[in-house]
Amino acid sequence: MSVRHALLALLSEGPKYGLQLRQEFEARTGEVWPLNVGQVYTTLQRLERDGLVESEDAADEGPQKGFHITEHGEVELTKWLRTPPDFSSPPRDELVIKVLVAFELPGVDVHDLVQVHRRYLVELMQQWTRLKEDESRFDLHFALVVDAELFRLDSLIRWLDTVDGRLKRAAAGVSVPAPQSFPLPKARRKVGAPE
Amino acid sequence: MSYLELRDISKVYGEGAAEVRALQRVDLSVDAGSLVAVMGASGSGKSTLLTIAGSLEDPTSGEVYVGGRALSSLSRNGKAQLRRQSIGYVFQDYNLLAGLSAVENVSLPLELDGVAARKAQSAAMESLDDFGLKERASHYPDQLSGGERQRVAIARAVVGGRQLLLADEPSGALDSTNAEAVMRLILVACHRGMAAVVVTHDAQLASWADRVIFLRDGRIVDQTLPVDSPEAMLTKLPNQ
Repeated sequence: MSVRHALLALLSEGPKYGLQLRQEFEARTGEVWPLNVGQVYTTLQRLERDGLVESEDAADEGPQKGFHITEHGEVELTKWLRTPPDFSSPPRDELVIKVLVAFELPGVDVHDLVQVHRRYLVELMQQWTRLKEDESRFDLHFALVVDAELFRLDSLIRWLDTVDGRLKRAAAGVSVPAPQSFPLPKARRKVGAPE
Repeated sequence: MSYLELRDISKVYGEGAAEVRALQRVDLSVDAGSLVAVMGASGSGKSTLLTIAGSLEDPTSGEVYVGGRALSSLSRNGKAQLRRQSIGYVFQDYNLLAGLSAVENVSLPLELDGVAARKAQSAAMESLDDFGLKERASHYPDQLSGGERQRVAIARAVVGGRQLLLADEPSGALDSTNAEAVMRLILVACHRGMAAVVVTHDAQLASWADRVIFLRDGRIVDQTLPVDSPEAMLTKLPNQ
């Protein structure tokens, strides 16, 4: 998560103080990612060093010191908003690695292992869903954060379901190509990376 | 107090080489006011579990209790009466009658049970109003959106003070916003005291439940622990 760019975005609405930036950051992110005030000031100092923001009044160094975005900051913000995060290569997902490793181990029932992880993920989803129940305290920002988390956990569960299905088909003798049969050396490179 | 109880339920289809064990020694109890989700892949036995719980099919062995009554002790008519009075069903494809308006669809089970037409209509109207569908009462199913049709189906499942709600993939063909609306309504029914069982392969749906049961090859293999309150959950959020 880029605190740096989130602060730039808040400053693009007009000049703000450090404390105000912290409060607005937490409100906009559904208060799921708390930010300490030290982090806000360190980030603002770096933004100022890089010429992306300027302090309003050099004489006042206290919490009332205001900041505004520079023209260079506006350009940087627009660029950041429109640049997709790097999803081109698969992350080193610990869950995926655990399951892949388990395939090779004698005495490990992969269905059981998958179920342990599935149950944990469903329990986490239940907790997030519980937060949605009371719509009165469920503002739009928080709703979007909770939805993102639910979809992320759900995608992992779907993957576990697929693992179960593929294993079952393989055990029943339905042909499933082994990974070795299509080594695809190019696929090891980043998908979408320039040739 | 559990309203629905399945004790040592097994269901076998076919014989010999063609024998399929759809359910094997399943125990499940669902309290009044609670929502239980049953998760499993296609063929895991979850739909069979629901039809047996709803007395639409008999188990090969074991006993089902609904509201304390053993289903095996009821005659065919007794079971039909129990279904009309106490059990509401919600299916993936809504199962609304195309030739009847929304309010007629909802009042039908009451009228079939001998409730006077006028009284049945007013109860149906009340149920539709509860689910924000009062304005759509005279519309026919083909004039309603998928989400609205499923809401009508839920209104029909809970009308007349039924106590057990059984739903099979209730948000099957709906988008995520409508699916959430469906689960909120099912939860409202539970908060009013109904016992509910939702069978689904969808974790987003299952996550609305108080308890999630995992079914594999006809057996219950696992279940979730009780869910924390929202307050407890908020304190667990990551702190930097």
